[in-house]
Amino acid sequence: MFTYAWLVPGLPLLGTIINGIFGRFLPRKVVGTLASALVGGSFLVSVAVFIQLLGLPEEERHVTSALYTWISAGNFFAEAGILIDPLSVFMMLVVSGVGFFIHVYSTGYMGHDEGYSRYFTYLNLFAASMLILVMANNFLLLFVGWELVGICSYLLISFWYSRPSAVAAGKKAFITTRVGDLGFTLGVVLIFVAFGTLAYDQVFAAAGEVATGVITAITVLLFIGAIGKSAQIPLYVWLPDAMEGPTPVSALIHAATMVTAGVYLVARASPLYVHAPGVLLIVAFVGAVTALFAATIALVNNDIKRVLAYSTISQIGLMFLGVGVGAFAAGLFHLLTHAFFKALLFLGAGSVMHALAGETDIRNMGGLRGKMQVTYWTFLVAGLAIAGIAPLSGFFSKDEILAAALTAPGGHWLLYALGLAASLLTAFYIFRLFFKAFHGEPRMSAERLERAHESPPSMTVPLVVLAIGAAVAGFVGVPGFLAPEAGWTHAVAHFLEPGLAREPLVEAELPPAIGVMLMLIALAVGIAGIAAAWHFYVRRPGTAARLAQRAPAVYNTLLNKYWVDEAYNALFVRPGKALAAFFWRGIDAAVVDGFVNGVARAVAGLSLLVRRTETGYLRNYALAIFAGAVVLVGYLISTR
Amino acid sequence: MRIPVDPSDWLILIPEFILLGTAIAILMIDAFAKAASDRSSPWISLAGTAGAIVAAVFLWGNPLSGFGGMIVNDDFGVLVSTAILTGTALAVLISVDYVRREELPAGEYYALILLSTIGMLLMVSSANLIMIFLSLEVLSIALYVLTGFARMRPRSQEAGMKYFLLGSFSAAILVYGVALIYGATGTVDLQSIADELISPGVLGNPVLLAGAGLVLVGLGFKVAAVPFQMWTPDVYEGAPSTVAAFMSIGSKAAAFAALVRVLIFAMGGLRPEWLAAVWVIAALTMTVGNLVAIAQDNIKRMLAYSSIAHAGYILVAVAAANRLGLQSIPFYLIAYAFMNLGAWAVVTAVTRKGEEAVGLSDYSGLFWSHPVLAGSMGLFMFALAGIPPTAGFTAKIYVFMAAVAADMIGLLIIAIVTTIISAYFYLRVTVIMFMERPAEPPVVTVPTPLAVAIAVAAAGTIWLFLFPGVTQSFTDTVARLL
Amino acid sequence: MASDYTWVLIFLLVGVGFAVVSLLASWAVRPYDPGGQKRRTYECGEMPKGSAWVQLRPGYYIYMLVFVIFDVEVLFIFPWALALRNMKSAGLGALAIADMVIFVGVLAIGLVYAWKKGVLRWE
Repeated sequence: MFTYAWLVPGLPLLGTIINGIFGRFLPRKVVGTLASALVGGSFLVSVAVFIQLLGLPEEERHVTSALYTWISAGNFFAEAGILIDPLSVFMMLVVSGVGFFIHVYSTGYMGHDEGYSRYFTYLNLFAASMLILVMANNFLLLFVGWELVGICSYLLISFWYSRPSAVAAGKKAFITTRVGDLGFTLGVVLIFVAFGTLAYDQVFAAAGEVATGVITAITVLLFIGAIGKSAQIPLYVWLPDAMEGPTPVSALIHAATMVTAGVYLVARASPLYVHAPGVLLIVAFVGAVTALFAATIALVNNDIKRVLAYSTISQIGLMFLGVGVGAFAAGLFHLLTHAFFKALLFLGAGSVMHALAGETDIRNMGGLRGKMQVTYWTFLVAGLAIAGIAPLSGFFSKDEILAAALTAPGGHWLLYALGLAASLLTAFYIFRLFFKAFHGEPRMSAERLERAHESPPSMTVPLVVLAIGAAVAGFVGVPGFLAPEAGWTHAVAHFLEPGLAREPLVEAELPPAIGVMLMLIALAVGIAGIAAAWHFYVRRPGTAARLAQRAPAVYNTLLNKYWVDEAYNALFVRPGKALAAFFWRGIDAAVVDGFVNGVARAVAGLSLLVRRTETGYLRNYALAIFAGAVVLVGYLISTR
Repeated sequence: MRIPVDPSDWLILIPEFILLGTAIAILMIDAFAKAASDRSSPWISLAGTAGAIVAAVFLWGNPLSGFGGMIVNDDFGVLVSTAILTGTALAVLISVDYVRREELPAGEYYALILLSTIGMLLMVSSANLIMIFLSLEVLSIALYVLTGFARMRPRSQEAGMKYFLLGSFSAAILVYGVALIYGATGTVDLQSIADELISPGVLGNPVLLAGAGLVLVGLGFKVAAVPFQMWTPDVYEGAPSTVAAFMSIGSKAAAFAALVRVLIFAMGGLRPEWLAAVWVIAALTMTVGNLVAIAQDNIKRMLAYSSIAHAGYILVAVAAANRLGLQSIPFYLIAYAFMNLGAWAVVTAVTRKGEEAVGLSDYSGLFWSHPVLAGSMGLFMFALAGIPPTAGFTAKIYVFMAAVAADMIGLLIIAIVTTIISAYFYLRVTVIMFMERPAEPPVVTVPTPLAVAIAVAAAGTIWLFLFPGVTQSFTDTVARLL
Repeated sequence: MASDYTWVLIFLLVGVGFAVVSLLASWAVRPYDPGGQKRRTYECGEMPKGSAWVQLRPGYYIYMLVFVIFDVEVLFIFPWALALRNMKSAGLGALAIADMVIFVGVLAIGLVYAWKKGVLRWE
């Protein structure tokens, strides 16, 4: 029925192949247009799938389509198959839709880059991989997509490979997320152990029959994978560094799509998570703490893209808070609105950097308002949306999450407080960025100011389109108490719910009084944050600096990002390298060599030692084999 | 008198005979027409290998046993033989230009490769401890010579000498083990040993256990399992790269086939006794191989430690000793043949002043100048690290699932953790290829045969990921052997 | 089973004991006089000339190897000849002959190769 849905990942994959092989010989226009058109085609197919799915009765909106039996060995079976249900279609639309605009934007942004065809090869591959990830009908194929997006992310972060920092950042991202993948792998294995299958349908159908302890272990392990991919505490460190990649990549992968894969995973596995309420609480708290923690770092950072990176970490934390309290639809709703406004913020930042010859430090910006009207206004829309100002999209989705955090059975007032605090800081830092970049006196060199210009249409048109999305996307999730009679409230939730856990974890509607009150609190917090930023950076520009002087410890802690990178370096990276060196020099060279050579040294001194090492090697090896044989045989005989 | 020989027995050995005929033909051409031999011998060996593959495939699905049960040709054997012959064919392809460049005597080189392959194939189909030992010697002696083949290079000589001495040492241990097993069971035939194990007096005999242990040591040396692995880096580093590539597949695959036959087919009844030993060896092999590889700056040594680590993963499947394990071993070996030979092929392409450029730094900026070559290398590195979309991923999944099915969760966790660790050093190679090009870049030559080898290896690496089912139907019949 | 090994153990103990006892005895009765003639390489009166590190001609070894191969070949031909009658009565005479022809043929080809490579030339 949905066989043609294979086109969705298939088209970008085709683009990868064409651009990968022939890209170097094709004119730039062809490469960029082809790549964008194929992702656009993928979006159109997704829309067609969406419409066809809507035409089905609600309980039939769950169709799998297998391409072929992929692996079958013994009782281990996996097919290359896709699952079309509301959740996957929702993600397909977000990924291919946002992906399309970012492809278009990239044709302008990367226009002068040497690796133009290489860039679009990777970008198409990413789109295909991400679509495989969200469309898979079993955990193994999901894992394949999961790893593939990891590779693409790595390739794109280190896209400018001549910069050592970019290469290091790519490696850091890959290795850090691999740590999370360890949990994911074990989780998938455990699912196979417990259920004997990896297909979603069978696993979820049997979710209630498996011991609680096993479900808990599975969900914790999957969540570890989600933490790595979605950059949550403690594995978030790679995301800020990932900003070394081209800005559209940051927008597509490290804001709108890939990093939300963790949220998708938890939502997809929601039938498992509802059987492990304790794990959901962990998810919620990790999300809430990350949201606040990352927001505090964003307060003082001066790099426009890194502020947005920390903002992303913080916002994904909010999404986890949402799914953690059982409001899966709310978390996904925020994923949708976030995709719009965060992509927009990144592309706006890219537009600013484009105008200022790659400058990313907001201390060297300012006064750009007059120079770039389109960028200015679209950035403002995005800023208001993320700050949660009604009636822009972020307002509705954030409010939904916060309300759920307080009122859902799995919620807690502490979660609500953390989320609210994060919202306050979000409004503040985003407008700090906004005011510093666009208002006030220009702080860049006169020559740069002279050259600053609005970006080409290929960049501004996506900005405008995304701005419209960021402004109105919230209306698909208007809470019921605002328009009790209308049929279109909670549209997203109603669409998604059949694909999620059936257990009613969240009450359908809040009493209007409470709902409105929570909304007003959230709105007030957003406005307060903006007002504070305006006071600090427009009305009294020196205030922030004075504050920093008065509390240098706090300021430095934040500026140095709590020294987490340094701590990780000391705790994991260096011991890891030392361990490797130890095994090599210590075990291979020192212990075995040293034993024999030590005897030699005692007898005949250093000169003999040097000579002996040459001939000694072989004996040492033979000694190791002999010792191994003795131990082995000794053990085997002892088993008798 | 019973005559245990039947004319049809010779059918089983057709692949070996094709290779033998080819090797003799090469030697004769070399002896009587030196000039023609230098040009033609790689192509003759390639044709012979192809013929052997065809013959091996004809033997598929029709289990034969001959020479009084000394030689069997079951589906397991055919699959492992396919892995070996694939490795040989690719090794011959990457040798074409290498042998010419290094001015090695072509006729002898290819003849020795083929003779060693015969030993490997014989070892795979040995159903008798004496046959295992004989074929081990056949394959090893040719490899000793090949390792020291670059006679003008002291390193090559040193490596050949080390390999020879340690190889003889471990072969002696193996023979001693065979003798002890014979002493305990009164037979060297694997099937008869399995039958003997039913009697309780034999089962707990310390002599039998000691013999099994010593055979495990001898074969553990060949597969490069810790603590019998120490020769590997030195030999791989010193040997001509093409030889190292050849033996990293062939002798490992053959030794694993023998290990499976001895440990699982013949001594499956002793699994409670040997399981812990193989468990520890597998764990050590994966850990040491991957950890030490991180510290290497020489790509040949790194690949050597990587080959040690991969032996560890296959040992996990051996320890599992179940259907999935038996299926995964041939699959893993075939996948490994593609990805590992691909990596070695790239190594032979990068040279500096006529020498191989083996420092990792020599690969800096390779992506700049040779994007396709560097891209292939990246693919092979991802494959060795077990990252999709490559056969390495599927192979590891099989092994992990085998471990799951055998309830070896501890070993599974070690396998997964070390896999994650291994990403670090495999990835380092790709990272380096992205970096700035050095002031004095190495010379990179990719002649057509080498390009074909790399393309085939890359295609195989991806193909086995997309359609592992192709080998599936094969491996299913293998699993029925249990 | 165990009794078999008891014999081995006794044999081992006697063997070791013999060596230890005789060494101890000679140590007890011998005079102590190191140096002089005792430090010679050979104690049998032969005077060594020059260094022990002399280079030997490798051609000799190859020559010997070729000889050994054909020497050992005989070991295989004898049992084959004995089994030939049985093979013939089983109707497999031709096969047996073919086996040996192949065996000898392969070795002969090796000889031809060595010959052609000049190994047999002695100068």
